[in-house]
Amino acid sequence: MDDVAIVGIGMHEFGRHDGMSGQDQGVVAVRRALADAGLRWEDMEFAFGGSAAAGAADTMVSKLGLTGLQFINVSNGCATGGSALFSAVNTIKSGTFDLGIAIGYDKHERGAFRVNTRASGLGDWYGKSGLALTTQFFGMKINRYMEEFGISHSTLAKVSVKAMKNGSINPMAWRRKPLSENEVLESRMLSYPLTQYMFCSPGEGGVALVLARADRAKDYCDTPIHLKSAVVRSRRFGSFEVMAPSLALDRAAGPTVDASAAAFEAAGMTPADMDIAQLQDTESGAEIMHMAECGFCEDGEQEELIQSGATDIGGSFPINTDGGCLANGEPVGASGLRQVYENVLQLRGDAGERQVPNDPHTAFTHVYGAPGISGVTILSR
Amino acid sequence: MATQVPVEEGVFSWPSDDPRLLGSRCADCGTVVFPRQHGCPRCTGSDMRDTELGTHGTLWTWTVQAFPPKAPPFIGDADPATFEPYGVGYVELPGEVKVEARLTESDPEKLSVGQEMELRIVPLTTDDEGNEVVTFAFAPVS
Ligand SMILES: [Zn+2]
Repeated sequence: MDDVAIVGIGMHEFGRHDGMSGQDQGVVAVRRALADAGLRWEDMEFAFGGSAAAGAADTMVSKLGLTGLQFINVSNGCATGGSALFSAVNTIKSGTFDLGIAIGYDKHERGAFRVNTRASGLGDWYGKSGLALTTQFFGMKINRYMEEFGISHSTLAKVSVKAMKNGSINPMAWRRKPLSENEVLESRMLSYPLTQYMFCSPGEGGVALVLARADRAKDYCDTPIHLKSAVVRSRRFGSFEVMAPSLALDRAAGPTVDASAAAFEAAGMTPADMDIAQLQDTESGAEIMHMAECGFCEDGEQEELIQSGATDIGGSFPINTDGGCLANGEPVGASGLRQVYENVLQLRGDAGERQVPNDPHTAFTHVYGAPGISGVTILSR
Repeated sequence: MATQVPVEEGVFSWPSDDPRLLGSRCADCGTVVFPRQHGCPRCTGSDMRDTELGTHGTLWTWTVQAFPPKAPPFIGDADPATFEPYGVGYVELPGEVKVEARLTESDPEKLSVGQEMELRIVPLTTDDEGNEVVTFAFAPVS
């Protein structure tokens, strides 16, 4: 998939923005992405956009300009942004259009996500009984993983410490205050073994990416970033996923393993070829488990890697260089595109104070969410 | 004593002296699922037969719900002042399926993977008509 490039990126600051709609944050992201590419909205031949909780994306044309372009709404849970990107990439690859935009934005109410079991195809009893919380799933998944593979509470905390440190030097991040390991461990226990500061919060923000045929990308920017692959996968029988009233006795690999393997195959690359990665860190345990599920280490090796700082910005394999979901919050529709935005900055060498020093040529993103869906992208310079 | 009503019909047998979780077994491949459903998630077949699940198993993983879930959908006590944390886990029922359930125990010191568990029916809240609404949970076997 060498034929699509990202030629413009735009983001609206993540966090809480009272008085500003989610869609308006999406509009800001679009304008910034167009400015980055030196283009106007009227140049866009198509758009894919979505939000999980902030309305239909296509209505934003009334603010951006009524140009008659093909605008398709995407709604795919936590993989909404990744699915918009997947659709945009394949629209260009198919030859239908040459230049377009992928948009994701959101605005969620405060506190943990409210469960709608009916919309998820599950009975009302599930939520009524006090089950069906995504926080419970993450607590249960990492609790078993820690026991099986010897991950310590200290390592769990260190993931949050790294995220807040990276967030503190990211002007787009929500959480800008560094935290100590003790502060993380001693914050309120929410869902054992995960404390308050080990969880990300639903938030607000928007991201837009302008995509073009790779052979014309130099017309729009000096350093086009090539999209080597974009893959979305759902769960198979036996995988351990969020919102599952029962699980099969025999465990199978999850959608993250499948999406990652498919993305590497499509790109003709391996995990060892990657220079940096942005991995879904809904909570600190998720980043740890996703390191192995994406193929970057064996189960259990995270303990040594994280304790030794290998995943820090200056480490051998930097992960979540912008602070991840933990520091940025999770506006569901925008979250996957935020990861791509960060990787483009890092590959261009434009990440400022948090630029990784290893002159990255390749970068990996991974989102995961309900009801067991993963999206992966591989970028190269 | 107030009438006890299940949180939802068809999830567990109630009232009953020997309450059971109500699942489905695939006639083609034998896969067991909970709650009942019409299609088999393993072989994609649609010949699912009703089955009552076993009442004993082992704890596969667990956590503790330490903050009140949002209400709705939660119908238990969500008042932060009086909310009582509860355990949540998957209990592996031998030869059948792993079932997600509330646990009667909420102390991390008293929960561990592999622990023996048994089915209980527990109170959840009182409805507008004064009935006690009950749901299922698993308790450590003492
Ligand atoms: Zn079957």
